[in-house]
Amino acid sequence: MNFAFDEEQEELRRTVRRFLDEHAAEPEIRRLMATDDGDDPKLWALMSGQLGLPAIAIPEEHGGAGFSFVELGIVLEELGRALACTPFFSTTVLAGRLLLGLDDERAEAYLGAIAAGAIRATVALTEASGSWSPGQVAMRAVETAGGARLNGAKDYVLDGATADLILVVAQADDGLGVFAVDAAAPGLTRTPLTTIDLTRKQARLEFDSVPARRLGADASTAVTSMLRQAAVALAAEQAGGAQRVLEMAVDYAKIREQFGRPIGSFQAIKHKCALMLTEVESMKSAAYYGLWCVSSGSPELPAVASTAQVFCSDAYVHVTGENVQIHGGIGFTWEHPAQLYFKRAQSAKAFLGSPDQHREILTGLYGLSS
Amino acid sequence: MDFDFTADDIEFRRELAAWLPEHLGGRFAALVGKGGSQNDELYAERIAWERELHAGGWTGLGWPAEYGGRPATITQRILFELEYAQARAPYRVGFQGTNLLGPTLIAHGTEAQKQRFLPPILSSDEVWCQGFSEPEAGSDLASLRTRAEADGDEWVINGQKVWTSHAHQADWIYLLARTDPAASRHRGITMFLVPMQQPGVEVRTIRNLAGGDEFNEVFLTDARTTSELVVGEVNGGWRIAMETLEYERGTAMLGYQTQFEREWESVAELARRTGGLEHETIRHRLVDSRVRLQIMHFNNLRTLTSLMQRGKLGSETSLAKIAWPEWHQQLGQLEMDLLGDAGQVTGADYELNPFQRSFLLSRAESIYGGSHQIHLNIAAERLLGLPRDPRP
Repeated sequence: MNFAFDEEQEELRRTVRRFLDEHAAEPEIRRLMATDDGDDPKLWALMSGQLGLPAIAIPEEHGGAGFSFVELGIVLEELGRALACTPFFSTTVLAGRLLLGLDDERAEAYLGAIAAGAIRATVALTEASGSWSPGQVAMRAVETAGGARLNGAKDYVLDGATADLILVVAQADDGLGVFAVDAAAPGLTRTPLTTIDLTRKQARLEFDSVPARRLGADASTAVTSMLRQAAVALAAEQAGGAQRVLEMAVDYAKIREQFGRPIGSFQAIKHKCALMLTEVESMKSAAYYGLWCVSSGSPELPAVASTAQVFCSDAYVHVTGENVQIHGGIGFTWEHPAQLYFKRAQSAKAFLGSPDQHREILTGLYGLSS
Repeated sequence: MDFDFTADDIEFRRELAAWLPEHLGGRFAALVGKGGSQNDELYAERIAWERELHAGGWTGLGWPAEYGGRPATITQRILFELEYAQARAPYRVGFQGTNLLGPTLIAHGTEAQKQRFLPPILSSDEVWCQGFSEPEAGSDLASLRTRAEADGDEWVINGQKVWTSHAHQADWIYLLARTDPAASRHRGITMFLVPMQQPGVEVRTIRNLAGGDEFNEVFLTDARTTSELVVGEVNGGWRIAMETLEYERGTAMLGYQTQFEREWESVAELARRTGGLEHETIRHRLVDSRVRLQIMHFNNLRTLTSLMQRGKLGSETSLAKIAWPEWHQQLGQLEMDLLGDAGQVTGADYELNPFQRSFLLSRAESIYGGSHQIHLNIAAERLLGLPRDPRP
């Protein structure tokens, strides 16, 4: 039994971290977060061309590198650590994992384009209610022999304004459908939203008889599967950010002196850091177990995905809050990075379903419904 | 990253999984699920069960064969704990000897000590207790005052120990005493093996808040032991004692996970029975408890991997000790909340049901084995490198 990464996986981590230290350090984050797009095509080109990151967990038969979800998770953990402002999650996790679950040649072609770094993609599922539950999708596609048309709106679409390909989840006659929409499609209006977490770009998409191409048949299973994988992927990202935040807090506690000694020598601060450590290590354990569940096809995935989300969302919010607290006044400034992680923790908590929604899922899975 | 086992491990587990239910039937059937960390029920019967385990070759796993041990890898020792808990076999008696003193003697004992003491530990012919804490020396163990003075070939020991589990049943005590009054704190401390049955050793029961009497005070008034029963070097006892405490934090926690899962199931059943599941707050408290139990399981898997790769555990065991007592206390609180007024009523003679017992006894878990606050300090200082508390 071995619940650890192997040497190759550790080397992948080191490589990605070095790359992000060089190309996605804080000044870059701040520069990109101030834009509407939150996207640097040069960075994307390097991520694809130099490291092949978008291709990493795409099977070789679709032009990918053929690694497992574990490797994708390691990349996401490092991106979470760096708080990188890039449409990687939307492209490789939301769109990528949904495409993998669809039985459709065009889906496979899109996967190849993602693997090649040629397109960015996202999934438009949530509507005004903000619910990530597929059952709450109200948008209904009109399907004719000539193709499909979409009307209505999708809200809170991750990287919705910059994606080249938008996979829209809408009700169809035979169940839930996934509809591929080109960014340049007529009738599509994309409005970038200004969000508290500026490192994670969201957009509102309005559809006025937008032409779309259905991928596969009833996609309920594929959408649910994607959401579970995304929950685990998000946990990996949260764990990466939380580890960085722990280091930030501890480093500060060691050097900031008050009353003649480092504040980290006071038990109030010391104990906060110790509790943060227990939370961060637990987040990693949950995320890593989730990565293994996805990559091994374990039937535990539904429970593990929601478990990871319930725990990691609250834990990430908690440690980022403690980090602000430990930094005192400067933790409250725009200039200090503590606020960036604090805001990312909250946006991550809201993303892919709240902890309470995941608690409801677990209530059902554990047979606790009244 | 995988969760596979070797063919040898699988065979070991299979053998044990067959042996346990077979031997837990018959005269030991009444012991299923019995006993606990502060729960001495059916003590004599559980000693008999220890002898059954010994006869079956399931004791001394990983101990050298010349002292009665059976070769076993760390993985197999872990699998033993898991299967044992799975079978709801009774809580072990003799933990002090088998898990703490035994490994200590194997590492630091003389050949004569190993020959003399290890076999009777395994056969349960001798039972041990630990004499570390004192009324004035709990978290600050290094300030202990029990002293030992050399008298020819013997040592004369005077002082007092407290929180000594099972002192009233033990044949022997391994204790720490100050042998160099001029040396400060941990520097002048020695570990001794001392026979309990002697005029200079008096045991007095301490009643815990659940009405149980596992804890004791041990008064040493000119108690004696021989110079051959010093463990390690004179004045070198502190380092050895710290190792002993590390053993306590290692594989001991593995059995808890299975027990905790069982307890959670029983609380879910209680919630169902009492109508607690009608309330979202109760459902969510149950879910949160299960989530945290799962998190502990995932953390254990990483710790086990580390144990299997490195052979031992370090300060990271503090992270587990910070988590599980609080988890268990919160579950106990939920149990009492579900029972409501009915949970206030005990049986005759303060007899408690399992939920009441869990609620009350779990309060000790964040205190013994290093208090919660001590472990926060350890984690902060040894794992994060934060500065130590200022010393006087």
